[in-house]
Amino acid sequence: MSETSSGRKLDRRGFLKSAALAGAGASLSSAAAVGQTAPDPLITEVQDWTRYLGDGVQARPYGQPSQFEKHVVRRDVEWLTVSRESSVNFTPIHEIDGIITPSGLAFERHHGGIAEIDPAKHRVMINGLVNKPLVFTMDDIKRMPGRVNRAYFLECAANSGMEWRGAQLNGCQFTHGMIHNVWYTGIPLKTLLDEAGVKTNGKWVMPEGADASAMTRSIPIEKAMKDCLVAFGMNGEALRPEQGYPVRLVVPGWEGNMWVKWLRRLEVGDEPWHAREETSKYTDLLADGRSRRFTWIMDAKSIVTNPSPQAPLKHKGPNVLTGIAWSGRGTITRVDVSVDGGRNWKTARLDGPAMPLSMARFYFDFDWDGRELMIQSRAMDDTGYVQPTKQELRAVRGLNSIYHNNGIQTWLVRGDGEVENVEIS
Amino acid sequence: MSRFRKTVLAVAVLLASVPALAQSVKKTGLGRVALPEEIAAWDIDVRPDGAGLPAGMGSVKQGEEIYLERCASCHGEFGEGAGRYPVLVGGQGTLNKENPDKTIGSFWPYTSTVFDYVRRTMPFGNAQSLTADETYALTAFLLNMNDIVKDDFELSKDNFAKVKLPNVANFYPDDREKTEKAFWRKTPCMTNCKPEAPKILGRARALDVTPDDKTGPRVE
Ligand code: HEC
Repeated sequence: MSETSSGRKLDRRGFLKSAALAGAGASLSSAAAVGQTAPDPLITEVQDWTRYLGDGVQARPYGQPSQFEKHVVRRDVEWLTVSRESSVNFTPIHEIDGIITPSGLAFERHHGGIAEIDPAKHRVMINGLVNKPLVFTMDDIKRMPGRVNRAYFLECAANSGMEWRGAQLNGCQFTHGMIHNVWYTGIPLKTLLDEAGVKTNGKWVMPEGADASAMTRSIPIEKAMKDCLVAFGMNGEALRPEQGYPVRLVVPGWEGNMWVKWLRRLEVGDEPWHAREETSKYTDLLADGRSRRFTWIMDAKSIVTNPSPQAPLKHKGPNVLTGIAWSGRGTITRVDVSVDGGRNWKTARLDGPAMPLSMARFYFDFDWDGRELMIQSRAMDDTGYVQPTKQELRAVRGLNSIYHNNGIQTWLVRGDGEVENVEIS
Repeated sequence: MSRFRKTVLAVAVLLASVPALAQSVKKTGLGRVALPEEIAAWDIDVRPDGAGLPAGMGSVKQGEEIYLERCASCHGEFGEGAGRYPVLVGGQGTLNKENPDKTIGSFWPYTSTVFDYVRRTMPFGNAQSLTADETYALTAFLLNMNDIVKDDFELSKDNFAKVKLPNVANFYPDDREKTEKAFWRKTPCMTNCKPEAPKILGRARALDVTPDDKTGPRVE
């Protein structure tokens, strides 16, 4: 008998019945068709948690998920990188719902490990082409007028990067998990820049991190002034250390590497800097050997998170297909779903707020009769952009791009409910 | 015009100018002026035109010594990369092939990026411990290993901007909105979009590199 991904065993009696009914589909129950003959002891007998008192208040001063949710964690792929200090792990997107990523599950990408910074010892400097170079403390930043709260997705430009040459990893956590979507609290970057006074020849802003990678990127002044945030909060509490505590940059819709964590400096200049992460890395090598640079925007993309290889189908009959979609160009307006490998499409239901540059959640409720499925999803945004197929992307970009792979993913659902990452014609 | 009308006009002009005033930036007065010593301590970035370079110099020969002592354990004696640490040398002619090798010599567009990156992050685990002269010497040595400068070369603030990397012309700005215009198709196909049932061309299972397995491609 197969153990399900959440560790619960299928009920043995239910299994035997459904196997007899369904014939094929060895590990599948067909819940609707199963009648209960003996009374369920979980109902007829008083359980421990009903008889005895539980922990009192303050037994758990900072609440943790249930002990039965221990498997819901970020995971890494050890062979991907040479050191854990410059590495990445992945959000378990198949285990979460709605549009907000819980802070402890938001994927991590560090280039020099997690900097542990006492906020009292943190400084933020603005220098370069400004009228008055300034230094701020965290107290100063938290006293700034015009505080805002916004939900934005952050996707690493290398998300799905391992899949350019073909299907590689069995699990949407690994193929699409370099993404999170959280509520940020902070002040517009414009507020800080205005305080220092950007000179008329100031065309670029370079954020710099205080960690051991001293991350830098070049951001055009228009973007910096438009919607970038200097954020100190996520999901209602302080940023987590691994997300840049005490303060990070938020660059809505643009590749995650630019959202410099542990932000300690902003320099204004008249030219881009061509830092290592915008030359050696995060440039898109095309088939002819030339490279696109400054490919900041994350194009519209979607992924079916359930079912997926880590979340197989366990039942015939009613099932919930769900997934996430996002676009760095605007708001997700529609997601279509196909169960026959892209021959026919149906429009999924979007649920929850659809906000610009934030994740959208889609559902497609369906009855599964045990047939093999090829599941795909296709996102559209309010600029009219339609998520392309992997073939279409490869035709333009070749196989060496690494970054910005937003092609349509295919999951093969087999007759036994197991799901595989496949490439199809 | 009556005196009254004149006054009204004047007030109107004044009022009209109020929103404009509000738009001009209101300072909070928060923060304090950064001192020159503080800016000098943190502002270590270097641009392709040489802006930001510190005074100093270093030769290929000096760079080789420092490299063997402080870099080779990870990047290999010849920049070939020990284990899976980054390769720093070679790869010329591979950019349009399968598995391209993107190194300082084959891929990087600017010398300044080498100087800036080594200065701010390397050696890995002991960042910002190199002097300006050591950073010049290491940059010179990395260029020499990539056949860009001769063995007797000495790099300094003065000749820095003259050292060009071979791949510089092969970068161009994001042009997706033009070259990928077809993706803005607005009304995608909904029914009978493929002439026949799709065939499976590849399976992740065949490669089997999902965690717990030790081999597979590199991520950048
Ligand atoms: C402890 C191992 C280690 C040592 C010692 C070390 N490096 Fe590195 N180096 C790394 C790692 C790991 C990276 C990749 C970091 C990342 O991508 O975030 C790297 C990246 C680099 C890169 C960029 C490579 C690329 O293609 O983008 C250069 C250049 C470099 N190192 C130069 C040096 C120099 C010069 C020294 C000696 C002063 C040095 N390194 C010492 C581990 C090391």
